[in-house]
Amino acid sequence: MLVFRASGEWVVAAVSGVDRQLRDIDAGHGRVKQAVFDLGEVTRFDTSAAVILSRCAYALEQGGARIEFRNLNEAQSLLLDKLAQDGPPEPVEKHDVGLYAHVAGNMGDAVLAVSRETVGIVEFLGDVVAAVGRTIRRPARLRWVPFVYHMERAGFDALPLICLLTFLIGAVLAQQGATQLAKFGADYFTVNMVTIVFLREVGLLLTAIIVAGRSGSAFTAEIGSMKMREEIDAMRTLGLDPMDMLILPRVLALVVTLPMLAFVADLMGLLGGGVVSYFMLGMSPGLYIDRVRDAADFWTFAVGIIKAPFMAALIAMVGCRAGLLVTGSAESVGQQTTHSVVRSIFLVIIVDAIFAMFFTAVGV
Amino acid sequence: MSAGTGDNIIEVEGLGTRFGDNVIHENLDLQVKRGEVIGIVGGSGTGKSVLLRTILGLKKPDQGRIRVFGEYLQDMPEAERRAYERRWGVLFQDGALFSALTVAQNVQVPYREHLHMEADLMDELAAAKIRMSGLPANACSLYPSELSGGMRKRAGLARALALDPEILFLDEPTAGLDPIGAAAFDELIGDLKRTLGLTVFMVTHDLDSLYAICDRIAVLAERQVILVGTVEDMLVSDHPWIHEYFHGPRARAALKES
Repeated sequence: MLVFRASGEWVVAAVSGVDRQLRDIDAGHGRVKQAVFDLGEVTRFDTSAAVILSRCAYALEQGGARIEFRNLNEAQSLLLDKLAQDGPPEPVEKHDVGLYAHVAGNMGDAVLAVSRETVGIVEFLGDVVAAVGRTIRRPARLRWVPFVYHMERAGFDALPLICLLTFLIGAVLAQQGATQLAKFGADYFTVNMVTIVFLREVGLLLTAIIVAGRSGSAFTAEIGSMKMREEIDAMRTLGLDPMDMLILPRVLALVVTLPMLAFVADLMGLLGGGVVSYFMLGMSPGLYIDRVRDAADFWTFAVGIIKAPFMAALIAMVGCRAGLLVTGSAESVGQQTTHSVVRSIFLVIIVDAIFAMFFTAVGV
Repeated sequence: MSAGTGDNIIEVEGLGTRFGDNVIHENLDLQVKRGEVIGIVGGSGTGKSVLLRTILGLKKPDQGRIRVFGEYLQDMPEAERRAYERRWGVLFQDGALFSALTVAQNVQVPYREHLHMEADLMDELAAAKIRMSGLPANACSLYPSELSGGMRKRAGLARALALDPEILFLDEPTAGLDPIGAAAFDELIGDLKRTLGLTVFMVTHDLDSLYAICDRIAVLAERQVILVGTVEDMLVSDHPWIHEYFHGPRARAALKES
């Protein structure tokens, strides 16, 4: 016969130690014929104490012991009854997988995720193109107010940042070019380098990356929190298409504003190069402009700007789609926002590389 | 418990609350006795939830003082207050579960943060609380976004009960539950009160809950608690709002059942 005599405070903060001892009791079959739990001297008794006691009693009972509780007060017996009603404590399930299986599983999941993602992006691209088609047939469908609003937010409001950064990069490029090219006595070609590099690649790439970080992420977070609060479902039930209401205005606004931003970025980059040329090479502004004109023709400029609408569409679509993929939790908004920025910068650079190959092939 | 508080576990003295020009409470007094279930009722915008938040210390009172467990918690240093805060549990309206954690992990948060406990025991206690709250055992590993509204409430209750609190604050616990679920919830609260000796402070609109489990009811109107008493006291009151509330068609139906 086993007698447990409990005393003092049996509360959640104190049960840890007792629990160890109770678990160590060997309830092997037939070892204990009778077990008595005497709670006469217990001053406080809460659910966690009841949980561990009833678990212990259950294990003993399974081993063939007769269980008896003594000196229970009303609340204690109610509590133990309630736990008994809920049935025997279920073993807590543990999923332990080996390290290798875990790594392999993660890799498999990642591969599947990439393939699902690719299909998803293509599908979404199709949806957007279809929506653009509908809008071209009936331009009145376009939501002009959000369209203009997003042009202001994603375009106009980004101007100070883009101006400052491209001016600085232009200046740094010129300064580095001047120092390096001076070794070959070719420091006057600094202007050619800055002009071509900026107009063809850097101006637009910088702008696209800034916009992806600034507006792509905002699109995801905005649409994501609307999704979370069921606003998107509400729109659908009111007969409004989220594609028309939310996505198209954002995509079109970015498609219109990114080329303009890239144009401003080009100007500011050349200005930065000009300022450095004036101070480091003593080149007068008039001469600088002449040399820029010699170095670049229309196509040098066009090659940069042509890419802009494509990148804009990519950034906006990736951002909006990530927003729609948000599920119920706040964590998922953060995750999707990160994904959206990473993905759009990645895609911007890929698209830039593809265009570079294309323009080389056609010889501009 | 310090002298002079008697059996009152919560005492609100002369509470004043305003948002800009909008005065919500003015000189509001309320006493909650140890071991009772008190229901707070009142029309929309009478500051029921604000009162709850103020007692919990989530909002500073603009005027007046609040004593919980016989202490003025708002004047206490942070660390000391934490010890008192562990002695209450709160169920927010939509459960307010942490969305990045599973139900079981949500219930274990207080164990992890406040107690040194082994993982096995935490799992076991969490599972027991979750089942006490009326959720199936397989709900433990689900995330809040995978639960229905009613299940989220029950999971929130399980978390509120994790440390076996002395006071349980409930903000509209049965709103959004089906009648069977709501009745089961009432019964659960009643059970918990009897087995754990809980004091329950409940903001509610549910007449059935008021009849079924509340020992006393406090009515908030005109910036104050205009009446505190049992259901019988409410039924004989001739205040127009209270009369309307307890004699309306829904109230009659609830009365018939009880």
